[in-house]
Formats: sequence, C-alpha cells, structure tokens
Amino acid sequence: MIPANYFLILSVVLFVLGAIAFFIKRDLITMFMSVEIMLNAANLAFITFARSANSPDGQIIVFFIITVAAAEAAVGLAIILLIFRQKKTIKSEDMKLMKG
Amino acid sequence: MTEIFWLIPFIPAASTLILAVFGKKLPKKYVSFQACFAVFASFVISAISAVGLLQTSHGNYPLIKNLFSWIQAGSFQVNLSLMFDPLSAIMALVVSGVGFIIHVYSIGYMADDEGYTRYFTYLNLFTFSMLILVMASNLVLMFVGWEGVGLCSYLLIGFWFEKHSAANAGKKAFIVNRIGDTAFLLGILFIIIHIGSGEFTAINGAISGGAISAGLATLIAILLFVGATGKSAQIPLYVWLPDAMEGPTPVSALIHAATMVTAGVYMVCRMNLLYTLSETAGQVVALVGAITAVYAATMALTQNDIKRVLAYSTISQIGFMFIGCGVGAYAAGMFHLVTHAFFKSLLFLAAGSVMHALSGEINMKKMGGLRKYLPLTYPTFLIGAIAIAGVPFFSGFFSKDAILTKAFAQGQYSAFYYFIWGLGIMGAVLTAFYMFRLVFLTFHGEERLDPEVKKHIHESPKVMTIPLVILAFFSVVAGYIGLPVVLGEKLNFFGKFLEPVIEEAHKVHLSMQTEWMLIAIAAVVAFLGIFIAYVFYIRSPLIPRNLATRFPGIYKLMFNKYYVDEIYNAVFVKPTIKGSEIIYNNFDLKVIDGGVNGAATATGFAGKILSYFQSGLIKDYALIFLLGVIIFLAYLLF
Amino acid sequence: MGYFLFFLLAAMTVGAVLGMIISKNQAYNAIFLILAFACMGGLFALLEAPFIAVVQIIIYAGAIMVLFIFVVMMINVHSGIPAEKKKWIIYLSPVLAVVLIIELILSIKGAFSLPVSTEIIKAGPTDLGRLLFTKYLYHFEITSILIIAALVGAIVLVKKKEKK
Repeated sequence: MIPANYFLILSVVLFVLGAIAFFIKRDLITMFMSVEIMLNAANLAFITFARSANSPDGQIIVFFIITVAAAEAAVGLAIILLIFRQKKTIKSEDMKLMKG
Repeated sequence: MTEIFWLIPFIPAASTLILAVFGKKLPKKYVSFQACFAVFASFVISAISAVGLLQTSHGNYPLIKNLFSWIQAGSFQVNLSLMFDPLSAIMALVVSGVGFIIHVYSIGYMADDEGYTRYFTYLNLFTFSMLILVMASNLVLMFVGWEGVGLCSYLLIGFWFEKHSAANAGKKAFIVNRIGDTAFLLGILFIIIHIGSGEFTAINGAISGGAISAGLATLIAILLFVGATGKSAQIPLYVWLPDAMEGPTPVSALIHAATMVTAGVYMVCRMNLLYTLSETAGQVVALVGAITAVYAATMALTQNDIKRVLAYSTISQIGFMFIGCGVGAYAAGMFHLVTHAFFKSLLFLAAGSVMHALSGEINMKKMGGLRKYLPLTYPTFLIGAIAIAGVPFFSGFFSKDAILTKAFAQGQYSAFYYFIWGLGIMGAVLTAFYMFRLVFLTFHGEERLDPEVKKHIHESPKVMTIPLVILAFFSVVAGYIGLPVVLGEKLNFFGKFLEPVIEEAHKVHLSMQTEWMLIAIAAVVAFLGIFIAYVFYIRSPLIPRNLATRFPGIYKLMFNKYYVDEIYNAVFVKPTIKGSEIIYNNFDLKVIDGGVNGAATATGFAGKILSYFQSGLIKDYALIFLLGVIIFLAYLLF
Repeated sequence: MGYFLFFLLAAMTVGAVLGMIISKNQAYNAIFLILAFACMGGLFALLEAPFIAVVQIIIYAGAIMVLFIFVVMMINVHSGIPAEKKKWIIYLSPVLAVVLIIELILSIKGAFSLPVSTEIIKAGPTDLGRLLFTKYLYHFEITSILIIAALVGAIVLVKKKEKK
C-alpha cells in the first residue's frame, strides 16, 4: 500500500506545472491543454482521498469531472476555431479587445 | 371669545400660500378680494379678542396659546406660542386695521401694474410676519417675525426690480437691517443665557425677581435697542428708509410709516421692565430718539421729493416715540405710535393720490396750486398735516403732549431730561414747519406744473379716496382715547388699558399749573411752526432762496443729508467689497477650487495608473490570479 | 512492486508534462499530453479505481485529446510561434512554481497522516453504477443535460453561415 502522501505531492506538482504552463505558453491551444492538466491533478487528489476514506464517492466525483471536462473541451475548442477564423491567429497577445 | 386670537396671523398666512401657489391663474379681482378679506378677517378677530380682553379679569393676563414645540435642546425650549394681552391687542388692531385700509387703497393704486398678484402676495406675507412679531410670546419667535418683515420690506421696496435704484434700495434696507439684527441676536443670546428662556413671562418674572443686575440689563437693553435702530430707522442705521421710497406708495404707507418701523418701539415697550431697571439704557434710548428727531427734521426741511420729506418725517416721529419710551412713558410712546400710524399713512396715501393725479410726478418744485384740482385729496392731506403738527384737538397733539410732559416731569430727577424736552420742542417746531412747507408748496401758491401733466390731472378713484377719508377721521378722533391726565385720570383710556402690561416708570407728579403750561407751550410751538412756513412760502416766497444763498454751506449739508450715505459708503461698504474681492481671489479660487479640482485630477491620475494593469491579455490576469492565491495561502498559513 | 510502478508512472507523467511545456510544436504538445493521461490512468489503477482508470484512458486520452489533435490540424499554423518575448516571465515562473508547491504542500499537511485501510474498496462498474443511479441521480441527469448543451453549442458555434 503506497501511502497517500506520495500521490498528494504528485498531484500538487502536476497542478503547479499546469498553472505555470498557462503563463509561459503563448498559443491558445496549449494554454487550454494546461487547463486539462490542472483538472487531472485534481482528479488524482480525489481518487487518493477516496481510497483513504474508503468510500467510492470520490470516484463518482472524478467521473463527473471527466464528463464536464469533456464538454468544456468541446465548446472551448469550438470557440478557438472561431477566433482563428476571425483573426487568423491564435497568439494570445493578439486577443487584446478588453484593453483598458 | 378671546380664545380664537391665535387665528389672527394665520388667516393672512393661508391667503399668502394660496396666492403664491395659484396666483397666476386667478383673476385679478379675486386676488384683491381675497387679500383684503384676509386682512379684514384678522381685523375682526383682533377686535373681538380685544373686546374680550376688556371683559377678562386682570389676573388672567396674558393669554397664551402654545401651538407647537419648535426647539428643544436640553432644558432650553422654544415654542411656537402666541400671546394676547393689551399691548399685542393694540398692535394687532393697528396692523390689521390700517393694513386693511391700505390693501383697499392698493387696489386702485396698483391697478395697472403687471405684478398685481405678486404685490398682494407680498402684502399678505408682510401682514402675517408682522402679526407674528406682535403676538409672539417669546423673543425667538418675535425675532422670526422681525426677520420676516425685513424680508417683506426687501421684496416690496425692490418691487419694481427692473429699476436699478429700486433693487439697490431693497438691498440696502435688508443689509442695514441685518447689522441691527446682529446686535438684537446678541441681546437675545444674553437673555437666554442668564434667564434660560426667551418667554416674556419668564423674562419679566426674572427681572422683577431681581435676577438681573443693572449692568447686565444695560448691556442687553442697549443691544436690543441697536437692533431697534436698524428696524425703526434711528441713528445710526436710518439710511435705508429714505431710499425705501423707491417702492410703491402704499408700501411706504404700510411698512415704513405705520407698522414695520414701529416694531422697534413695540419691542422696547414689551421689554419695558428691562428698560426701567437700567436707567442708563433708558437715557440712551431717549437721547438717540431726541437727536434723531431733530436731525431728521432738519433734513426734511430742504428735500424736494414729497415722499422723501415724509420719510424723514417718519424717522423724526419715531424718534419721538423713543423719547417717550426712554423717559419711562411707554404708554405715551405707544399712544404716539397709534396716532402716527393713522396720520402718517394718511399722508403717504394722500401723497400717492397726488402722484397718481400727476401721472407720477414727485418733485414738489413742479407742483403748486393743486387744491383746486384735487377736492378730496387736499382736505384729507391737510387734516393729516395738522394732526402731525400737533395742533390742539387733533390726535397728534395729545400723543406728543403726553410724551413731552413726561420728559419735562423727569427733569426733576436730572437736568438731562430737560435737555431731552428741549430737543423735543425743537423737533415739534421743525415738524410743523416742514409739514406745512410741504402743504403750501404742493397745494397752494403759483402753479409750476408741467403742461403735459396738467392735461391729465384728475382726482383719484373712489377706491383710493375712501380710505383717505377713513384715515382722516381717525387722525382726528384717535386722540381722544388718551386724554391728558390733567383733565382727569379716568379719561386716559389708553393708559388704563395698557396698565397690566406696562408700568409707567418713575411716576412723577407735576402740579396742575405746570401741566397746563406745558400744554400751552406745545400748542404755541405748533402754531409757530405753521406760521413760519406760511411766511416763508406764501407771503414772501423769496425768503427760502435768500437763506439758501446766504448760508450755502449749511444748506448744502442739509440738502445732501449731511453726506452720511457717502461716509458710510467710504468707511464701510468699499472696504468690505475690497476685502471680499481679496479673499475671493486668494482663498476661494486658489484654495477651495484648487482642492476640489485637485481631487478630481488626482482621481484621474490614479485611474490612468491603474489602467496599465488592464492590458486585455488573459495571461496577465491569470498571473495576478496566481499571485493572489499565493499571497492568500501565505496569509492563511502563517 | 507497487512503489516501483508508482515511481515509474509518476516520473513519466511529470516528464510528459515538462515536455509539453518545453516543446513549441502544438502537435507535439498534444502527443505529450496523451502520454501524460495514459500514465495518469495507470496511477488511478494503482489507487484501486479500475473503472475510473479505464474511463480516463478511453475518454480523456482517447476522445478529448483526439479532439485537440483535430483542432490543431485544422488550425494550420505555418510559421512556428516564436519564443516568449518578455524574458522576466520565464525567470519568474520557476520561482512562483516553487513557492506555490511549498505553500500547497503545507496546506495539505494535515492529510498526510490519514490512515490507509487495508480493505479493497468496492469500486467496480456495478458498484459505481448503483451509486450513480441512487445517491447521485440528480447529478447524473444534470450532467447529461450539460453534455447535450455543450454538444448543441459546439455545433451552432462552428457552423458556417449559409451563403445566400
């Protein structure tokens, strides 16, 4: 039985990595992918706690998270497609309409 | 029956409100009807209440009606409460009665004026304020009325506000009044501090109970009197009254002859215990009154404007009233107030009738021989002039005699009062003289009329002449309610009526001989003045011109009102304006505006700086998110 | 045995994510992410969640990432994205990363001492299904509505306007 600490630390590391990736990257698709990483890190944490608490409820939650992530990915990618059609670019610096 | 007395001020008040809100839409005839009816109703109620007073026993004085509690600050309380006692009754009757007559006169005089409705609104407002003033049961409410009549005076003097001189006159009246009011307020403050309440009953109780030292009483009395000099146009604050003649003539009659300017006299009589307590204050009052009486009379000698002469005459006569109050004959002062109300308003209204007949001419040099053309105005004017001159058997004689007798009687205490009496006699001579100068120049002698004006000459309509007749009647008759004591104590109805309120100070007795001698002197003095005027203006009209050329300095001094206006202007007005400008430029513009604008600029600047953070890029926002999370976690953990 | 698997899978996951960060090609990023998800699935299996592990691989690695790759292909960016212009972000990020890791670990310190039960929890499809349809029925139904909404939304958004 692997103690929960390791999994939790891993989850934290993955989460932070995803957050940093969000800042460093300049194109929209990769930024979106880093959001998925963060979600996964949270999933890992949930499963860990489900095992520790000895209840399958945590896994149900993960189930829902995956579903919602899928729906979100679909819509998000549709929006990115539209942006590309309008601006012919997916560099995030060019999305400056909300300046000021 | 006296219970309804508290309605007296509020009927004109209701009328004012209605006229103020709906006035423009109401037909002219209705406006005048309502305004006059309101004042008439007040008069009727005053009369009924006064009659009721005669039947009430003295122990119930004064009747007080507390309407509502206005100021409550700890133990200090001021209520909106009205009181009715003989003094208020007399004032209320005079204000509403003479006011009613003048309202009726105005219907004719202002018939062609555009501001007809506005005029009656202001007149009603004035009546309301004045009635509050005379019926207030405490000093603070009286001050409210005091200010109210000052306001109405401003509104009515500057009634034809498009005329520069009228607007300036209104301003001058209000500002000069204000100066007096400052002193008045200080007096009220002192009273409230030392007695704890502004109610007249409380004040009188405190004074008779000895709670106030003579020194304090002097201070308060003089402060209050300074306020009275402003309102009643005595030295040094009289300068607004001559200018106030810019207003319509009925306004001059009502406000600046019969009622508002007498408010100061009323106030002194109301506070009579205070002035009796402080001998010095009484002497100051008498002295100021006497000097003003003579001083104003000298200025009236040379004026050519009918209304100016009457204005100076008013200042002079009020000086007489203050002489009466100063020497302790408060009832005599009030008596002169009543008779003066009748004959002075008569004179003003008759002068207005003359002006109306001559299409607005006010310069006496352009009149003369009018008695042929104005068969009703001339006799009434003449009656008024005789009354004011103090000819025996007319009202002015009785009231002036009462004052001067008392002044002379006080001479037994100190020679100061003989001096006052002397000034009073001089004033009486001058009064008779300038009054008949006015009569002779206007109605007798050769005609100096403008031919254009002569074509349109006409007697005034009935609505204007009937009030004249009524006032003339009273000018003759009113004297008989206060016959001199010589003829019998019981016949002094007026004094007896006022006794519960006003105690005559320092009752002195003169022998019968002295009293008859004084009456004789007063009569002689009156006839002397009339005779001199006759000589100067009818027999040898060249005498005035010769005197003027022989004493050019004195003549110029009198004609230019002793240059007092110019002195005030240089000493007070110009420095104030200069100082205000300096403060405006350095403080108002730079500091205050700078502060406000600076706040706006600072906000704009801060906004500009903050806008750098809004780059529109998601990444920057997310970075700030993250930083926020880090900081927050750090705060929670440590 | 378990530890070895754990460290292997953990290393591969972290490595894949790092690779995704470093690589500038979007297609490579997507492939790295697939690898990461697959390893995550393995980790789930280690944590006695077989059903979820498989669901992860099928849906996440299989469906979502394929979606990503489709979109990458459609958005045919010829010129590569140049490196980040603002250098200070590149230097700031490791610092922030370390700070955040430390903070988060400190926050969940309390959970480290949770006891681990030796029983194997019932987490097979039957058990999860039973839970889904009884205790979490509402959540299930609402999520299904959410999926339909996302579906319709995505289609409506991307539809080309009809030419008149």
